[in-house]
Amino acid sequence: MIRASMSAIQTRGLRKVYDPPPTRRGAQKLPPVVAVDSLDLEIGDGEFFGLLGPNGAGKTTTIGILTTRVWATSGEAFVAGISVNADPAGVRRRIGVVPQRPNPDRSLSAFENLVFHATYFGITAAQARRRAGELLERLGLAEKKDAKVDQLSGGQQQRLMIGRALSHDPQVLFLDEPTVGLDPQARLALWDILRDLHRQGRTIVMTTHYMEEADQLCDRLGIVDHGKLLALDTPQQLKIQAPGDTIVEVTFDAPAEALVSEASRVEGTTKAEARGNDLCVYSGRGGETIPLLIAIGEGHGMSVRDIHLSRPSLETLFISLTGRKLE
Amino acid sequence: MSERVPYWRIFAALLMRDVTVARREIGYFLVRTTLQPLLFVLIFGLIMPRMGIVGRAYTTTMLPGILALSLALSAVQAVSLPMVQEFGWTKEIEDRLLAPIANQLVAVEKIVAGAMQGIVASIFVLPIARLIMGPIPGLTFRNVGMLMIMTILSGLAFSAIGLFIGTAIAPQQIGLMFSVIIAPMIMFGCTYYPWRGLDAVPVMKWLVLIDPLVYVSEGLRSALTPAVPHMPEPAIIAALLALAALFTYLGLRSFMKRAMS
Repeated sequence: MIRASMSAIQTRGLRKVYDPPPTRRGAQKLPPVVAVDSLDLEIGDGEFFGLLGPNGAGKTTTIGILTTRVWATSGEAFVAGISVNADPAGVRRRIGVVPQRPNPDRSLSAFENLVFHATYFGITAAQARRRAGELLERLGLAEKKDAKVDQLSGGQQQRLMIGRALSHDPQVLFLDEPTVGLDPQARLALWDILRDLHRQGRTIVMTTHYMEEADQLCDRLGIVDHGKLLALDTPQQLKIQAPGDTIVEVTFDAPAEALVSEASRVEGTTKAEARGNDLCVYSGRGGETIPLLIAIGEGHGMSVRDIHLSRPSLETLFISLTGRKLE
Repeated sequence: MSERVPYWRIFAALLMRDVTVARREIGYFLVRTTLQPLLFVLIFGLIMPRMGIVGRAYTTTMLPGILALSLALSAVQAVSLPMVQEFGWTKEIEDRLLAPIANQLVAVEKIVAGAMQGIVASIFVLPIARLIMGPIPGLTFRNVGMLMIMTILSGLAFSAIGLFIGTAIAPQQIGLMFSVIIAPMIMFGCTYYPWRGLDAVPVMKWLVLIDPLVYVSEGLRSALTPAVPHMPEPAIIAALLALAALFTYLGLRSFMKRAMS
């Protein structure tokens, strides 16, 4: 068994390249897709870690590699000190996985889902039944014990997935976008469960594209896009790093490129850029600049379609790092 | 859980899951896989002999074929249909792919469970067929050893074929598979006639050898109705072993392609 240091998770130069999707004969071949690009990551024992990024940023692939479901193209990854390449079964013994979309065993009841999953880890049937009962109780699913999984709501199925992930008492819990598709109430209920698990000292690794979720729950955040780690710190520190400026975004009815040079001369502007029809201005003067920006547009014969202000936050940091929005 | 758990215990737990589910759905499963063979028994084993269109002795030829058909169809379907579903939209299989065991063993477990279901189906069909057809001349249960070898090998071979089909064929093409692959396989599988009977049509006699069902039919014939001329046992066993090995290899390969990306 290859052991690394005692961090819960460690990756070195982790890279995953997918073959391009097959094209019709004669068509130009698509380039390979780099989903994870030289990722170096270290997550401590007991940490609640969040991977934040837009869809397609490589979050799910990263989780896939760490949970032994995706082969890394190169680089190394260790979970609980065990190499995912050298001993995938050893890694699986120590992790619980909550998938992006609930995938319960539909031939079994809620209770049986937990019991059988535990027995796959060598837990005796009696012990598995006792633990399944406790977990259903704790996750507020006790009355759904004998329900077929099809009879559970989305939120209940997601909680069942958390129960399943915990059924063999893993050291590290992975959750891939656990609150996507949940109503606000179910989302808050899930947050409480996750906070509870974190308090008990379990390492939690979660991906999300919800800023608020990352901010509220995680000890530390990694911001990823195009498979690369762009920033890594506590939510508080990251917010401090966010550009001190408000982002003023004015959408015109024509490409905004022509307006950039004038906009960057507006007082208080630290940076101005065009994204299609959007003019993005990072400004210390916030909303005050709006009339000036509108005037610049009108000077070029354009009219305004939409205006959006973002105060310094994880979101503005994210936009300044990646040039795109999360949601 | 961080202690190493012996693989056989995890394997047993996976098998237990499939046995539990299969037991719950056994009525539906048996109707789906044995109705066709039993209807055939009714027409060719009862009605047509009474009409005098086929001889009474035909039941002797037909019984092993019908059992072979039930066993093979059940084993194939017991694995292929769940695989299509569990690797498809529902992704249910991930529950088991997370078990701390080599993923290949999850697939091997499916083969074992499928073989068991195939054998159960043939055990279910035997007494009903016997009841419908009446006494069957030449039927014997004395070759227990040979019977067990033939049923187990046949179950494994067809269950492995099911694994391959279920993981390699696109879900939309499953219906097509049953009409294009399974239907001809049944007709050319020496189920309704003995292989030696094809002496009358020599080209067919050699062509049908590519049909895996031939070996199941002939294997059961050699064990249950040894008086009917049949393919030599060593050839049957070798063919079944080769089929089981080939399709286990192909099935595992396509299973792993689906399991890991």
